Amino acid sequence: MSKFLKSLSICAAVALAAGPAAAEKLGLGRTALPEEIAAWDGDVSPDGAGLPAGSGDAIDGEGIFSEKCASCHGDFAEGIDNWPKLAGGADTLDHDDPLKTVGSYWPYLSTAFDYIKRSMPYGNAGTLNDDEVYAIVAYILYSNDLIEDDFVLSKETFFDVEMPNADGFFVDDRAETEYPAWSGEACMENCKDAPVKVTMRALVLDVTPETEETSAVQEPAVTETAATSEEAPAEATAEAAPAEAVATFDAALAAAGEKVFKKCKSCHQVGEGAKNRSGPVLTNVVGKPAGAVEGFKYSKPMKAAAEEGLIWTEAELSAFLAKPKAYMKGTKMSFAGLKKDGDLAAVIEYLKSVAQ
Amino acid sequence: MTNKPSRREFLASGLAAGAAISAAGSAQADIPDPLITEVQPWAREFGDGVDATPYGMPIQFESDVIRRNVEWLTADTVSSINFTPIHALDGTITPQGCAFERHHSGAIELRKEDYRLMINGLVDNPLVFSYADLERFPRENHVYFCECAANTGMEWAGAQLNGAQFTHGMIHNMEYTGVPLRTLLEEAGLDTAGDLKDKWVFVEGADASSNGRSIPMEKALDDCLIAFKANGEALRKEHGYPVRLVVPGWEGNMWVKWIRRIEVMDGPVESREETSKYTDTLANGTSRKWTWAMDAKSVVTSPSPQAPITHGKGPLVITGLAWSGRGAIKRVDVSKDGGMTWETARLAKPGEKMALTRFYLDTDWDGSEMMLQSRAIDDTGYIQPTKTQLREVRGLNSIYHNNCIQTWLVRSNGEAENVEVS
Repeated sequence: MSKFLKSLSICAAVALAAGPAAAEKLGLGRTALPEEIAAWDGDVSPDGAGLPAGSGDAIDGEGIFSEKCASCHGDFAEGIDNWPKLAGGADTLDHDDPLKTVGSYWPYLSTAFDYIKRSMPYGNAGTLNDDEVYAIVAYILYSNDLIEDDFVLSKETFFDVEMPNADGFFVDDRAETEYPAWSGEACMENCKDAPVKVTMRALVLDVTPETEETSAVQEPAVTETAATSEEAPAEATAEAAPAEAVATFDAALAAAGEKVFKKCKSCHQVGEGAKNRSGPVLTNVVGKPAGAVEGFKYSKPMKAAAEEGLIWTEAELSAFLAKPKAYMKGTKMSFAGLKKDGDLAAVIEYLKSVAQ
Repeated sequence: MTNKPSRREFLASGLAAGAAISAAGSAQADIPDPLITEVQPWAREFGDGVDATPYGMPIQFESDVIRRNVEWLTADTVSSINFTPIHALDGTITPQGCAFERHHSGAIELRKEDYRLMINGLVDNPLVFSYADLERFPRENHVYFCECAANTGMEWAGAQLNGAQFTHGMIHNMEYTGVPLRTLLEEAGLDTAGDLKDKWVFVEGADASSNGRSIPMEKALDDCLIAFKANGEALRKEHGYPVRLVVPGWEGNMWVKWIRRIEVMDGPVESREETSKYTDTLANGTSRKWTWAMDAKSVVTSPSPQAPITHGKGPLVITGLAWSGRGAIKRVDVSKDGGMTWETARLAKPGEKMALTRFYLDTDWDGSEMMLQSRAIDDTGYIQPTKTQLREVRGLNSIYHNNCIQTWLVRSNGEAENVEVS
């Protein structure tokens, strides 16, 4: 048989085998082991399936929340800047701009446990033990005035908590409420009763990002065509920045660094009133000994480095921030690193600017 | 930088173009064009040799055709979104390099060798697949759009963002290669699950956000795809390399990236992203859930605020995109007067199910002001609604699933602005 005919007959065989029933198993993959399923299958359902043993109350939760959650969500779960607010908003759902929080909006308590267990803390996901998760959930409930501070949340008491918006949801009804009304013959002429007028304009609001904007840390859009192109935007920013730069200090670069520092802000605070969060306060860090911020629990390798006299010179900081985990194996800092050299220089310049 | 022209530059160029037109009448040159009469450097010297760029990037003159984000929208770029430059693209396939990104914990780097996909729950035999295993299943190719449920979400309360990229750019359209989810579920065996009608699959990603969504079994067995290639090449890191889920026609959040686990369950998990987010709160305070299908929608991509008319009156190509998560686009109409009268546009190709369709209206612009709109009609007979129609049903506090008709006010100088009309 020629090769061509052979392949034809293979095609015929395949076509037959792939008939309507299909589901012919190929025997690919391997059986998942119970330990593997246990490691990955952590979801929790509204009926409580998946809830682990353990417990916690809002009193325990407050401390854990303050250490691990408050840098974004605020000490009272009220949310900082654009980070999610977890408490408040009761009875606002039918108002303008409703405040949707765990207390005011979430229909199931299981969702809070499921999400915090699998996805939080932000930047350090999956590190909470079950008691801590129960305690944090309890603290969020307490912040929403849904339980007393000594209420012990566990698998057994989970359904004693009433979620205010439990009945606030209904299944997609567009097929009844929208589709029939918005189908049929489309109007082609004289479709409006009165002459059409503009009722609102986006330019009045002026919230669209400017595309001309340049900054010191922006990389040229075309990679490495000309070394000089990197300098041009830096100059542009320098002109716009405040003119009080000290000789060793580049105010324009620091201003760019403040933008980069947004990546750090969920864990680190600087300036007046700064507190340790999941990362230490970074006021006065450049040129100072490592591991020296009072009250912060450093990782073992950071403590060891501090004892050996590590100083956060610009070069050391730069190496650390480029690849934290490669620089110091075992550091608590879960940040992946700043990939652009421009960002590194800028953020260090910014840290210098907040060292008063 | 060849970004959007500033207002001043724009007006200057518009004036110059206008002057040229009035002086020349129909196109006529007074002096010979040196680009033609003089030998140009590119016509004399060598260009780059092969391998100058082993993996090519767009030429420098296109450096403004990039994803952009809106900083004030989110607290942190690691959990944020950016927008496809749809105003500058044509055709329907979105190049991966400028296709919008949405991460909940950043785009991770996961090697194929380290990739594992688990199927567990109500299956006959819980399984673990490697990437190499997935490549041995029969695979399919399909073009689908992926639209974030929040696309156009900032426009609910009023016209906000001035550009099609920002109002409609949370969308991309790619040709996916992958294995039907059905094939993998059947490999694990669904006899244990019993009656499949009321069963669900919970899908979960491998990144730190562990994004998890519940999908009814009917959809899982219908057209979901475990995809590992897009537009012929490996998925990009930002789109879930090495493997993502494709859920045709349904909101982007369900297209779990870096998918690591599929659990067959007898109910939905009601995870954060399917209760506290991606649900639609109506004026009376109650909320719709499970609004997965993305209804028919369209937008004029050019002219638009980032793509103004710079050539003055005369022949003008009005173009845009249309799509429906419930079928194929049958027709697109365009209005120049804010929806009073409509004319039917030309589809570049017949609409395909749950994929972007390109439309064109080749017109002769008389230079007068236009209130430009487009209106998509899909093969269910559904007609894209106005913002007023949507608000009558859903109120003003909605965020997601805004598929309203968009209006661009195009002024006689060719500038365009995002507006709302009566």
